[in-house]
Amino acid sequence: MDPIIVASKVTKTYASGFQALKGVDLTIRRGEIFALLGPNGAGKTTLIGVVCGIVNPTSGTVVADGHDVIRDYRAARAKIGLVPQELSTDTFETVWGTVSFSRGLFGKPEDAAYVEKVLRDLSLWEKRHDKIMTLSGGMKRRVLIAKALSHEPRILFLDEPTAGVDVELRRDMWKMVRSLRETGVTVILTTHYIEEAEEMADRIGVINKGEIVLVEEKAALMQKLGKKQLTLVLQRPLASLPASLSPYALELSSDKSRLVFTFQSEAERAQIAGLLRALAELGIDFRDLQTSESSLEEIFVSLVRSDA
Amino acid sequence: MNWYAIRAIYSFEMARTFRTLFQSILSPVISTSLYFIVFGSAIGSRMAEIDGVHYAAFIVPGLTMLSLLNESISNASFGIYMPRFSGTIYEVLSAPISWVEIVLGYVGAAASKSILLGSIILVTARLFVSYEVAHPLWMITFLVLTSVTFSLFGFIIGLWADGFEKLQLVPMLIVTPLTFLGGSFYSLKMLPPIWQKVTLFNPVVYLVSGFRWSFFGVSDVSVELSAAMTFVFMVLCLATARWLIRTGYRLKS
Repeated sequence: MDPIIVASKVTKTYASGFQALKGVDLTIRRGEIFALLGPNGAGKTTLIGVVCGIVNPTSGTVVADGHDVIRDYRAARAKIGLVPQELSTDTFETVWGTVSFSRGLFGKPEDAAYVEKVLRDLSLWEKRHDKIMTLSGGMKRRVLIAKALSHEPRILFLDEPTAGVDVELRRDMWKMVRSLRETGVTVILTTHYIEEAEEMADRIGVINKGEIVLVEEKAALMQKLGKKQLTLVLQRPLASLPASLSPYALELSSDKSRLVFTFQSEAERAQIAGLLRALAELGIDFRDLQTSESSLEEIFVSLVRSDA
Repeated sequence: MNWYAIRAIYSFEMARTFRTLFQSILSPVISTSLYFIVFGSAIGSRMAEIDGVHYAAFIVPGLTMLSLLNESISNASFGIYMPRFSGTIYEVLSAPISWVEIVLGYVGAAASKSILLGSIILVTARLFVSYEVAHPLWMITFLVLTSVTFSLFGFIIGLWADGFEKLQLVPMLIVTPLTFLGGSFYSLKMLPPIWQKVTLFNPVVYLVSGFRWSFFGVSDVSVELSAAMTFVFMVLCLATARWLIRTGYRLKS
């Protein structure tokens, strides 16, 4: 594993006394898409702020691509692009102007061809001469992304990138994030939309009340915590569960018309064939069957709950 | 040193200046013209010469300083306060730059505007009253030094203010009184002896006196002292700005 960001024992206590981060240890791998999930006020934005130099940590260190973000901030920050949660944009500046400004601010010489590519990729090219105040919310979000990409960062933070964004832009953004990953950019996104993490992320971290609750490969997380259920809709209601079916984790619904088989691991999954054979031997017919998988959202809610 | 960043901030701020060029040049020019009409012509014609200089000419350096101070402060404070207010400051904070680039960009742009403005006012004044500049190099030195120093001062106010009222507070409560009492319209010799001493605590006295000396060769305090005091004030402002940015006071949480 080649780490690109290593946060060690990062704490942040605000002047109000609120402890936003309580000793966060987190390692982001080079080239991955990492989704940081957590409820409001969990510390997602504070953590990003510490990495990007907007929030002074109370203690702890963060190393970005080999550079300490405080001691060696110039080298570290030059590699990082940030799309903030708030739609903070200039008012009177044009799209082209504000993106070029960002590029210069991050120490890169002018490169009209590159800026053009960024604007085209984000469907902003037609709007390049427009003043930002004339743009819609979704367009402003695109401008913020263009600004973050203007200096060709190796690490991109997207803080709630699709909050209040329409479906089209969300799809565009996902597409863009994937193509960025193909060029080796590491993407860290925070989101409320579990769907987004599920769709995009390679790994998922859950933060709650200033602590990292877990970090897991998405697939492993889904498998570990994701329950699957097989529901059989019976032809005729059953009075009770036959004794021969007791080895299976079966449940009879209250109206006696459905059998629900819950399984998690691969081993349990292998039981399905046996279960179906046993049902046939018992003469229990079913007219419909469906399987369902618990979504990341359910996993997430159960994690945050149990932690509370 | 990140030169691209300095250029980016500087051009961004200058673009803001040129967008509002008309109002930002016109209003000081009009107010200065009004001062000349009232103090220079109407009242000045009844005033005796001061140190052998006609009163209307005598007030030219003081009036220029008055505009320079006000415009430097308001332009520089607004320049850094607006990104704080709108939230766009996040980008400056997350950029690979130090306090040096931030100050050079923002204060450099504000000072450039002030120098431009000071020059325009001096040209405007020439339409009302004839004056000569005895020491042009010193005149330019004071013009630049004052623009930079008070742009720095305004920048500090812009960093410190946490509301639009506070942005106006310091210029209104401190700078305007100090400017009016700093000898813009009179020679210190016209004051009662005790006030001649008290007034030396007013930094604006040194600016006006030094600037006036560069025009007419007469001054209330020595030109070296004027330049030194202005320089000291500039260094103080610079140190304060450096401290504010490095600690992230009211910039970072």
